[in-house]
Amino acid sequence: MREKPFSKFQILANGVMLLVTLVVILPFLLLLMSSITDENVLVANGYSFFPAKFSLDSYRYIIQSGAKILRAYGVSILVTICGTLLNVSLSALMAYPLTVKNLPGRKIMMFFVFFTMLFNGGIVPSYIMWSSTIGIKDTIWAQLLPGLLVNAWNIMMIRTYFQTSIPDSLYEAARIDGASEFRIFGTIVIPLGKPILVTMGTFAGLAYWNDWTNGLYYIVRDKGLYNVQNLLNQMITNIQYLVQSSNSNVSSAAANIPSTGIQMAIAFVAILPIMLIFPTFQKYYAKGITMGGVKG
Amino acid sequence: MVTMLKKYKKFLPLYLMFLPGAVYLIINNYIPMAGLVVAFKKYDVRKGIWESAWNGLSNFRFLFMTSDAWVITRNTIMYNLAFIVINTVVGITFAIFICDTLSKKLKKVYQSAVLFPYLMSSVIVGYIVYAFLSHSTGIVNNSILPALGLEAVNWYSESGYWPYILIFVNTWKSIGYGCLIYISTINGIDASMYEAAMLDGASKWKQIRYITLPSLTPTVITLTLLNIGRIFYSDFGLFYQVPRNSGMLYSTTNVIDTYVYRGLMEQSNVGMSAAAGFYQSVVGFILVLVANLVVRKVSEENALF
Repeated sequence: MREKPFSKFQILANGVMLLVTLVVILPFLLLLMSSITDENVLVANGYSFFPAKFSLDSYRYIIQSGAKILRAYGVSILVTICGTLLNVSLSALMAYPLTVKNLPGRKIMMFFVFFTMLFNGGIVPSYIMWSSTIGIKDTIWAQLLPGLLVNAWNIMMIRTYFQTSIPDSLYEAARIDGASEFRIFGTIVIPLGKPILVTMGTFAGLAYWNDWTNGLYYIVRDKGLYNVQNLLNQMITNIQYLVQSSNSNVSSAAANIPSTGIQMAIAFVAILPIMLIFPTFQKYYAKGITMGGVKG
Repeated sequence: MVTMLKKYKKFLPLYLMFLPGAVYLIINNYIPMAGLVVAFKKYDVRKGIWESAWNGLSNFRFLFMTSDAWVITRNTIMYNLAFIVINTVVGITFAIFICDTLSKKLKKVYQSAVLFPYLMSSVIVGYIVYAFLSHSTGIVNNSILPALGLEAVNWYSESGYWPYILIFVNTWKSIGYGCLIYISTINGIDASMYEAAMLDGASKWKQIRYITLPSLTPTVITLTLLNIGRIFYSDFGLFYQVPRNSGMLYSTTNVIDTYVYRGLMEQSNVGMSAAAGFYQSVVGFILVLVANLVVRKVSEENALF
């Protein structure tokens, strides 16, 4: 197509973007490198892109003696899968009735969903409710329920898609044939709505995988319910505690802190799933952003 | 009557579908809205929100008597303003660059690159930043500063650097979001406009100035207004994880969200925390409403309502 040589502008644009790409990649590379650096070298020379001595000890430690770490991965995986499935199904179930034009009360239902985007009670009442009233503390539900299960934005996105991408005539034909609403939902809405459900699923899945605040608030005693992010967060807290308190009561905290190399290895394994599925899921994710980004 | 019942029976399955999610929204969103009254109470754990005694405005009086109220409001707003300006300028620049790359493949690579950090949890971002800034082992103190002949800096106790660090980290992490939106707007520009401009001998800069930027204006205005609507909220993870909750940095890293968290979880000062949360919710609500009214004037299809 293009016969002209590349313009100066294109060279500039590519130069800058190449640099940007490096700035994005290098920090992750540093994370990886420090996870495979020999611990003594790491302590002596600090983090480096070119470590003097490599070692896979950190990963060996995770596999061999990291029951706590493996358990945290288990929690992350379990909660992400359940949370994503629940989020998408509940959102789709809420979105479909909102597309049925002659449904009595539809406007009120819309407002009911929508208002949660405008106003919220914030963390103090939410925390008191989930922890004291409902008593979710130190249960696996704490990782699953607060904040992340259903949100108005997902429902609105799904509703818009159902409304604009599935022809009304399909619903009408099914209703004339006497199909029940559940049947319509299962045989028309879900199959035809798959693209948006996958897109919203990537958002929900990522939110669950990356969440660390639910654990911060609601997992207090039973550390066995920590997910990977909570585990990483706890390691920082323990280090802060060591640094800030100079008394001698800190040995128990110190014993709980794995070496820097192990921390970096856990961090790296925490982003590994995202890296692995990134090529497949990024197009859905990007689509979600451009579809609803202005509103998000 | 019978027809009425029949009519509702027909719709019953639809209400049933809506119900589970609705119950969740009531619990997760609506009850906490009512719970905001805790800001006007002397909260007692044993009595719960509703039974605790009222204490009028004293939580607010205590909050606004401290310098904290001013610091967290200033930090929240100033950071958000900086984020809005920088994310817009840098986001548009990258979007224009990405749309004019040497090949389709490179375009994909760049798009993925700017999006990738956006997918990281703030805990991970905190770890990465620490690998750079740690006092004894960080790469900045160990390799970069000595190479430039500069002294090592104790990053996690010098608050003066943090506005720059947080703005940089935020750009690094979240530039992809706006960038993708701008790219999709640019992709939607009619290619014949550029062809006509080139025939007229317009330089690249002129094409950007007179075609690309004007086409992006509605998107920019909408995004900016919506961000102004959220100017009282900040990314808790960014301000909590990246400075590693370091007390010496509070003057430049404490925002409303981190303040509320610390009052609630670290200092058990529920009253002040609730007052700050109420302040955030209410001012935030007003700002969202106002921003939306303005968006509706500017480009109706982008308004939330």
